Amino acid sequence: MNAQPIQAIAIGASAGAVQALLRILPALPADFPLPVLIVVHVPPDRSNALVALFQSKCPLPVREAEDKEPIAAGTIYFAPSDYHLLVEADRSLALSWDEPVNHSRPAIDVLLQSAADAYGPALAGIVLTGANHDGAAGLAAVADAGGFAIAQEPAEAQVATMPAAALAACPSASAMTLDDIIFYLLTLATT
Amino acid sequence: MQGQMQAGVEDIEIQLLLEALYQRYHYDFRHYARASIKRRLVQARGQLGFASFSAMQDHLLHDPATLPRLLNYLTVQVSEMFRDPSYFRALREKVIPHLRTYPSLKVWVAGCSNGEELYSLSILFREEGLDQRTLFYATDINPDALQAAEAGVYPLDQIRKFTENHQQSGARSSLSDYYTADYGRAVFDKGLRSQVVFSDHSLVTDAVFAEMHLISCRNVLIYFDRDLQDRALGLFRDSLTRKGFLGLGSKESLRFSSHAPSFADFVREEKIYQRREP
Repeated sequence: MNAQPIQAIAIGASAGAVQALLRILPALPADFPLPVLIVVHVPPDRSNALVALFQSKCPLPVREAEDKEPIAAGTIYFAPSDYHLLVEADRSLALSWDEPVNHSRPAIDVLLQSAADAYGPALAGIVLTGANHDGAAGLAAVADAGGFAIAQEPAEAQVATMPAAALAACPSASAMTLDDIIFYLLTLATT
Repeated sequence: MQGQMQAGVEDIEIQLLLEALYQRYHYDFRHYARASIKRRLVQARGQLGFASFSAMQDHLLHDPATLPRLLNYLTVQVSEMFRDPSYFRALREKVIPHLRTYPSLKVWVAGCSNGEELYSLSILFREEGLDQRTLFYATDINPDALQAAEAGVYPLDQIRKFTENHQQSGARSSLSDYYTADYGRAVFDKGLRSQVVFSDHSLVTDAVFAEMHLISCRNVLIYFDRDLQDRALGLFRDSLTRKGFLGLGSKESLRFSSHAPSFADFVREEKIYQRREP
């Protein structure tokens, strides 16, 4: 389906995010070659505890995204709380304090749309469990740019609203269970 | 793949639009972080009703009335008073004791937008008894934002958040001492701006204009690319007095800048730096 190999993964998740990501991220081996960029909706006033949580569970290095940082292979980046995370055309990370999108900052649409611009067909975008519609427009942008679009199978998601909205906005997206998503990601490691 | 080709065309259009904005009006966004600029331009295109960036460029070149409308999308930042209260607490507890030793002070709020940070600092300096000896400079490139900053009027529904932030900053007074409520708006005491110079100044194209003891420039540099960040940081270095202070946003740092050696960490976790001896 994709002529060009996938070079980056972008994931968005909201309600139920931690449990879903605890399945996916620890399953990626230490030699997983691709960067994984993640937006999780977290309250703005709380310091982002996700990095510390996942650092202790993942073979891959886990970091909070920094502004202007070049994206490193085989690294998991979380958006900091209260900042949008974007990807620049030169494949460095950028943060912004623009207004919330879909009532969220960071917003999944902002990550997916900018990553789709930067990576085009070389991006896999994934929308997981959540109770809102953030990520739907972003996933459609991933598919429009020729990238590979995935939404968590809504029946399996802890909260179905977000992946269902993503599938509605992006009919070409694949609905996958977490096991399917892990299997797919592991195939990217071998190609 | 049509989406991809479309994206390529759009990127060309954005480049040309920013070039037109610069050549025609001398507003230079060419070295702003492009991903954010693109989001803002997409928003402007939709809300101003243009079919394409090229159509927007046509209007911009031939109808100057388009400029302020576009500028508001490109520059205006919604902010909060005492945003990141821990930053203001660090200024109060760690920086103010140093500033107290000077007979007169100059403070620059660079990229002041609608003035939330300016008023926060003005209140803080009054609480600390330094207001009479301090001159503030509040600068921005957007004339509408400068006007809003000078007016000092904010929606009343934001005041609760402002008040919470203020209290957490180690307040020595009540925020309500500084504004009057009026038809859903909070109008801030004009005494807070009696020692403020509001001025058009661009970190991209303008130069040093005074010697500062404190520069606060938060969540402005993240919108610049690295070259432009470097220019702005060089300008800050050259504007600061010996051992003057620079405060950046919580996710901004000097790490990637060639000017990093000119500054020492002062309160590392709050991104407050001190100019080293030259």
